[in-house]
Amino acid sequence: MTSSQKIIYKVENLTKTFETARGKVDGLSNISFDVKTGETVVLVGPSGCGKSTLLRIFAHLIEPTKGKIIFKGKNDSHPKNSKFGYIFQRSTLMPWRTIIDNIVLPLEMKGEDKKTTYEKAKKLLKLLNLEKFEHYFPIDLSGGMRQRVAIARGLISDPPVLLMDEPFSALDEIMRQKLDFELLNIKKKTNNTIIFVTHSILEAVILADKIIIMGLNPNTVIGEKIIKLPERTPELLINPIFFKNVAETRKILEKGLKFI
Amino acid sequence: MTKFKKIFLIILSIFVFISLWEGSIRLFSISNFLLPSPFEVLNSYVSMALSGRLFYHTWVTTVETISGFIFGALIGIVLGYLVSKSKTLDYILSPFIIAAQTTPKLALAPLFLIWFGFGIISKIFITTLIVFFPIFVNTAVAIKSINPNLKDLMKLVHANRWQVFKNLELPSSLPIIFAGLKSGITLAVVGAVVGEFVGANAGLGYLIIFGTGQLNTGIVFTAIVQLVLISIIFYEVVSAIGSRLMKWHHSEKDVHY
Repeated sequence: MTSSQKIIYKVENLTKTFETARGKVDGLSNISFDVKTGETVVLVGPSGCGKSTLLRIFAHLIEPTKGKIIFKGKNDSHPKNSKFGYIFQRSTLMPWRTIIDNIVLPLEMKGEDKKTTYEKAKKLLKLLNLEKFEHYFPIDLSGGMRQRVAIARGLISDPPVLLMDEPFSALDEIMRQKLDFELLNIKKKTNNTIIFVTHSILEAVILADKIIIMGLNPNTVIGEKIIKLPERTPELLINPIFFKNVAETRKILEKGLKFI
Repeated sequence: MTKFKKIFLIILSIFVFISLWEGSIRLFSISNFLLPSPFEVLNSYVSMALSGRLFYHTWVTTVETISGFIFGALIGIVLGYLVSKSKTLDYILSPFIIAAQTTPKLALAPLFLIWFGFGIISKIFITTLIVFFPIFVNTAVAIKSINPNLKDLMKLVHANRWQVFKNLELPSSLPIIFAGLKSGITLAVVGAVVGEFVGANAGLGYLIIFGTGQLNTGIVFTAIVQLVLISIIFYEVVSAIGSRLMKWHHSEKDVHY
């Protein structure tokens, strides 16, 4: 990522408190970190640490209680002009739309020309090895394929940023790692900045340029780990350097989580 | 199951039913006052059909059923949608809606008769009232149970209200609304017949009352058979419309009620 070292997102003292029937619940407290353009930042932490909440704030689906996310140096906690693709935890496809119609949805809602959007979708289907399934319905696809379709939908508007909320967590480990490497391949072509949430340390190390490690009570950043690896291909998984990184990440996580 | 096997099973079960009917009449020598044989019913059915009487009464009941169903469905869907969108409206309307549902329709039927007369209007009102509730409840549930991720997705792609309605709310709620419509259409026939029982001069329900008065069980059974037949047809039509609109839906693949 030498070509672009500019900071795209600067997260500053982000805090989110939820009001529930049983009183206030801390969602996030005092989160700060940077994301550079073209970087893959992976948020890792135990369930309930607020990593999904954080991603939802990135996507403007919820507002922070305090703090802000500065987008490209603009002091604006609600940068509507930041274009991003969002990929949900479980494939959020519309069961009544065919695969291709699911993929074009974001552009369709913008009222963009039908012909060009379908051409674009076909290219993405090719990129994700789904050409044959263009006119299938989601129910006819496996979980892994559906999640690929969700990625294609996230990519259709050529967003510079991808926000991914545990996109492969519902899949088995073999499929998950296959898609992790597929995502890395896509990234080589599209050069997205990716913010990726997961609770799998292995997955985090496979994907990340930087891992942000989050702890519980308070739900805040307990460490950062820069990951430097040789070429990221499936052979990586038998490389000792890979496991060294996994072990070091795990150590930071364990140190921050007193109850482990 | 193959289509052939399905049809075979249906025909077989009807055949067994009719055989048991005929057999028990012969075995226990039941008088045809009480229970006519299947052939006597068929005889009465054919003669009433040929005279055009059956068609006339069927037509009246059909008009009442379909009109009541359409009104009830429209009101149910619109109110169900509004209530699912607004808590305030939910609280304002719910006492009336629950009261309308818990009041026995039979108790209201005489009132409707007084207000709207012996003709089809009073029957349409009763039918509408009966049909409304399951469709209303199903619509409200359907809208409330839309996948929250899909709602988020629509926000993320900056869809406007109409786009959300057309591309998410409507298709997402169709399966549950159609479940309501299916129970609604069978209730619609019940509503029309209840209305006719209370006071009418035409319709299959009227025919049952008339036949009973004459102690002519042939007429009564003819009317019942006809009611069963039109109920099945109405149900299948609603079902077919649903399948047509929801080719994608898994419940349409192998489950058939």
